[in-house]
Amino acid sequence: MVELVIDHRKNSEAKAAPVPSGNGPQPAPDDTPDAEQPLYAARRKIYPQSVHGTFRRIKWAVLLATLGIYYFLPFVRWNRGPDAPDQAVLIDFPGRRFYFFFIEIWPQEIYFFTGLLIIAAMVLFLMNAVAGRVWCGYLCPQTVWTDLFFAIERFFEGDRREHMIRDAGPWTAERVARKAGKHALWLVVAWWTGGAWVLYFADAPTLVRDLATGHAPLIAYGWIALLTATTYTLAGHMREQVCTYMCPWPRIQAALTDEYALNVTYRYDRGEPRASVKKSEQLRLEGLPAGDCIDCRQCVNVCPTGIDIRNGAQLECIQCGLCIDACDNIMEKIGRPKRLIGYDSQVNLERRIAGEPPVQKMVRTRTVMYALIIAAVGGIMLYALLTRHAFEVSVIHDRNPVFVRMADGSIRNGFTMRILNKRLEPRRFAVSVTGVPAAVVEIVGLPLGAAHNVEVGPDQSREFRILVSNYEYAPPASSPIVFHVLDLESREWAQARDHFRAPERQK
Amino acid sequence: MAQHKSEVDAITGVETTGHEWDGIRELNNPLPRWWLWLFYLTIIWSIGYWIVYPAWPLLTTYTQGAFGWNSRAALREDLAALHTKRAAMSDRIAASSLEQILGDQQMLDFARAQGRTAFADNCAPCHGAGGGGAKGYPNLNDDDWLWGGKLDDIALTIRHGIRSTDDKTRQGSMPAFGRDKLLSRQDIENVTDYVLAQAGLPTAQGADLAKGKKIFADNCVACHGDAGKGNREIGAPDLTDQIWLYGPDRNTIIEGLINGRGAVMPAWAPRLDDTTIKSLTVYVHTLGGGQK
Repeated sequence: MVELVIDHRKNSEAKAAPVPSGNGPQPAPDDTPDAEQPLYAARRKIYPQSVHGTFRRIKWAVLLATLGIYYFLPFVRWNRGPDAPDQAVLIDFPGRRFYFFFIEIWPQEIYFFTGLLIIAAMVLFLMNAVAGRVWCGYLCPQTVWTDLFFAIERFFEGDRREHMIRDAGPWTAERVARKAGKHALWLVVAWWTGGAWVLYFADAPTLVRDLATGHAPLIAYGWIALLTATTYTLAGHMREQVCTYMCPWPRIQAALTDEYALNVTYRYDRGEPRASVKKSEQLRLEGLPAGDCIDCRQCVNVCPTGIDIRNGAQLECIQCGLCIDACDNIMEKIGRPKRLIGYDSQVNLERRIAGEPPVQKMVRTRTVMYALIIAAVGGIMLYALLTRHAFEVSVIHDRNPVFVRMADGSIRNGFTMRILNKRLEPRRFAVSVTGVPAAVVEIVGLPLGAAHNVEVGPDQSREFRILVSNYEYAPPASSPIVFHVLDLESREWAQARDHFRAPERQK
Repeated sequence: MAQHKSEVDAITGVETTGHEWDGIRELNNPLPRWWLWLFYLTIIWSIGYWIVYPAWPLLTTYTQGAFGWNSRAALREDLAALHTKRAAMSDRIAASSLEQILGDQQMLDFARAQGRTAFADNCAPCHGAGGGGAKGYPNLNDDDWLWGGKLDDIALTIRHGIRSTDDKTRQGSMPAFGRDKLLSRQDIENVTDYVLAQAGLPTAQGADLAKGKKIFADNCVACHGDAGKGNREIGAPDLTDQIWLYGPDRNTIIEGLINGRGAVMPAWAPRLDDTTIKSLTVYVHTLGGGQK
């Protein structure tokens, strides 16, 4: 079996090593081979061929769905009442709010985003443990936009062969026109991408009107310009280099995968030894080993990252499945079974070679752990979301002076209290203080001795200055103090803790 | 670093600089083209910059630039925009009495916010960031006021200052009883012990309180009152309470009697506009010590 395994190193060296120039000085013979390898490899332009098949259809569907959501979500309306924005998804920086359909997040609740990020990471890990780089191949924005840009490129410059021939030929007027058309449409898509981005940060229909009439804020135009530039550069020009050189995920993914994970795999046990259709048939008639791979290189031609999947799992492979489609089409034509390239796991590859039946082991320690973490974090977030208070209170002690001695010798502390009212109607709260015996509490702005009832406007927070004086005894240097806030209608309550500070007692 | 003749590197085919550090040689690669072009572009850009913006100092003036832009005009515009933005509330503050501001939650919030900033800019160097004071600089959070803690008292103090050059400034100072030979050293010590005893503070051993009382009656009651309760008309402090501007220890009080006291606060009316002074007044009043 050994000779059937492809030597990866040989191929990668062939790709990376430059052709030595004839008259250049030759390396000294005692140099180690590694020292001869330059660190820089020039980019080879990739001309991926178009392909039809199951995975191509899945990719088109995902592309339409994800881009559709991205471009049109800002226009979805959601009624929240008369004084609140009616945009379903809105990041309102001036108003310090994040709206997501029925959820409204205040800056104080940023931990929901922490939870979302943990879940996102775990979903990524889980996808990887089950079916490899599903994210990279189908969902990643870099992949989706690059795919779209490839489609535009083929529309103007033709498919692989046509494009390559034209690029190798002279600069004719037609070639210039085709290139100009491609770049123009790329820029339009890039511009629309940037334009959709800013719509998430302001009322979308208003902003579209303002952008069109030139009344939008400068920052909106700036962001559109920036994202137009990045989309055009990343999806139009950098493409697979983003995945190969910039993205950390391939490195992390390689460390997280295991022998049970499904990956886009060339089934070399079926494919090798490679030979032409005729020769293979001849070999089979003679009862000699013959592989299904006819070395047609269709899998290489369609690859958006320009690699040969037959070299095994490699960092550059985003596992988009297009080589599966390309190979299936060929297998169909030569009358051999499909899925010479397919989603397969390392363990099954080895079991087939050993003549054992394949196993599908979805429930493994790592998939269970990932699922449990997703369930736990999701559960905590859901619980927090459902039980969160419609108001919050926070208190901060005066920093300077920490305490004040009054003319009669008593000690007073000043506090700043902030009450957040997350409801869309004004609410009245009663404020009380416990912890300091015989304390006199005053809220600045309210008459001394009046009930400590305060009002906070709808969907607002308000700050109050609270003075707490101790009149009865010499308090300890620091004693706990609790501020209670009670909603006078719903009887909901919240509290905040702090300390009442006094001078150190004389020994 | 060793210096060699420059040579062509075998692997890359690039000439070396001839510098060598422990066997490591430096390739003389040219600067990246994009970097170089960007550099030339910035040079060209700077020429345009010289033309449209103020750039070159001349003997008595400077090149004004074609745009006529300057940072002072930009600041004036920014300030004008800020005033326009605040105009609605500022006008209300200007038209309202201090009591009205204190009674209206919206105006109170505005005035306290403006006052806090104005305090940090103008008052904090002496009175501390939170108005906590220091030796010789009154704590503005407490309820002991040398010149009165009502809104109008505070406003008057801020506007005209204390012992300042302003015509309407608050006047009155503690004489230098020792330096001006009004009292002997012994008398000063006696009256100090008497004052300490009145405030419930420890006195020196064997202090002659009766003598101190007589000296106090002869010299101090005119300002500080019979019971030592002070007089806010002339800024004479209450000597019986727990708050001492310069500290309650015996030597500090003796020092005050010998050299007198007369700290100065500048008048702010010439420097701050009326709205700001009103806001400052409300802010100081609501630090906690304000009196009705």
